[in-house]
Amino acid sequence: MKNENLYNYILGIADNSLILGQRMGELCGHGPSLETDIACTNISLDLFGQVRSYFQYAGKIAGDGRTEDDIAMLRKEREYKNVLLVEQPNTNFAYTIGRQFLFDVYHLAFLAELQKSSDLTLSAIANKCIKEVSYHERFSSDWVKRLGDGTEESNQKMQDAINDLWTYTDELFHLTEADKATVAEGIGVDVTKLKDNYYKSVSNLLTEARLQTPESKWFQKGGKQGVHTEHLGYLLSDLQYMQRTYPNMEW
Amino acid sequence: MSEEQIKSLEKQFDERIARDEKIEPKDWMPEKYRQTHIRQMSQHAHSEIVGMLPEGNWITRAPSLRRKVALLAKVQDEAGHGLYLYSATETLGISRDELYEQLHTGKAKYSSIFNYPTLTWADMGAIGWLVDGAAIINQVPLCNTSYGPYARAMIRVCKEESFHQRQGYEIMIKLANGTPEQKEMAQDALNRWWWPSLMMLGPTDDKSVHTAQSMKWKLKRKTNDELRQQFIDQTVPQADLIGLTIPDPDLKWNEERQSYDFGEIDWDEFWQVVKGHGPMNKERMKARVGAWERGEWVRDAAMAHAEKKRQRKEKQAV
Repeated sequence: MKNENLYNYILGIADNSLILGQRMGELCGHGPSLETDIACTNISLDLFGQVRSYFQYAGKIAGDGRTEDDIAMLRKEREYKNVLLVEQPNTNFAYTIGRQFLFDVYHLAFLAELQKSSDLTLSAIANKCIKEVSYHERFSSDWVKRLGDGTEESNQKMQDAINDLWTYTDELFHLTEADKATVAEGIGVDVTKLKDNYYKSVSNLLTEARLQTPESKWFQKGGKQGVHTEHLGYLLSDLQYMQRTYPNMEW
Repeated sequence: MSEEQIKSLEKQFDERIARDEKIEPKDWMPEKYRQTHIRQMSQHAHSEIVGMLPEGNWITRAPSLRRKVALLAKVQDEAGHGLYLYSATETLGISRDELYEQLHTGKAKYSSIFNYPTLTWADMGAIGWLVDGAAIINQVPLCNTSYGPYARAMIRVCKEESFHQRQGYEIMIKLANGTPEQKEMAQDALNRWWWPSLMMLGPTDDKSVHTAQSMKWKLKRKTNDELRQQFIDQTVPQADLIGLTIPDPDLKWNEERQSYDFGEIDWDEFWQVVKGHGPMNKERMKARVGAWERGEWVRDAAMAHAEKKRQRKEKQAV
């Protein structure tokens, strides 16, 4: 492929939305209230919409006829480039919200930078996505505050979720080979530069929510290189089920 | 209020409905009118919410991104319908929590169709095409019903439902024109959903207990049997058009009636499902009650947080 770095770079962005969208989609009809149910479905819907834009573009770059669905549903587990954070399960609503919040703060800052990309398609996609993601970030931050500063039980649950998910935050700021190459071309975002602000914003919000910012410096990584947690395989077997069972058909 | 006064109010009330005037929440209404509307509107709201489950079952497995997005949007619409139908019901003086309680204890019913399982992707097509199709036939007349909040909610619901119906039929077209495997999947879904869809239009007229009163209040404009005939006459040509076969050996065009004659509906099955013994009744309730119970600490936290915010604001003001 002529433009392999750009292709991989786009997949690195889009896989986060794909896997998080799939996780949020699992909750549809099972949320703690009708309003949260609608909001979580809406986030899932936004994320899949973003995925389609990215993968349609990636398909064009690949130039060999592969479609958005081929890219989304027909790769092997080791070929998915999402961060470990987004594949973590919906253990309870605090984990769902914690995962969303820790990703949204990053996602919002990331898209603000991607808008400045010299690649006009990517900057246009970022421009569209950022409006949706700023709503996601408001939704998840509000819920972190509600749960953190709600009852004793909700505070404990929210704190547990943040503590457990914290280990996956550092990876958000790692650079892959595709990142480095596209950053050099003025296309990609240098995520290392987003790190300090990220931890500051997250920590401020946690304090406001009467939650402790975890002090642990032990972090997990590997998602960006396709080395995932055990959760991803099961998620993919749902995501890929139809395409694998009925190959080469139109739906 | 004396009996005479009530009679006079009832007379005025009946006249207003006869003149096609809308009844609004603050207007006087007979207690039976209120109760009937709470029953029917909440049943409708519950059907939207329980109806999210069979389709939600396929969100993570939708065959393409385009279908996944459409399905998510559809199920989200249903949640939205539930939300404004609950709100419309609340105008009659009952809370959403009380309505949930009625659903969870089995006191309130929801559409029986959702007690059937969704086994293949084609079921997403069949539900849109047949179930939403039958629902529209039931619901369009409600856009003119006498109770204002219900009629207004239904106008919006019907618009979205007809979009869902077309979307479902479009899934079926694609399958019916696809590979033999896909066509078989579509036919199998039609075979499983056809009869339950006919049952959705309600028991036959001689067995329907609410019809007469509901006609008077414009909660109904046609009888169950008339609606069922309308549904069949509308749907059979759609099946023919895409080469699928309606699973009824007795189905035949009646030149004289300009309608289709059709076979006997298995009403024993209908009553079995209505009484709680369909294939998925227990699972659907378990899912709803489970979500409600697992969400309790979340709702408590939201309440506690709102209260804390209010107190802090008050303190600041002092």
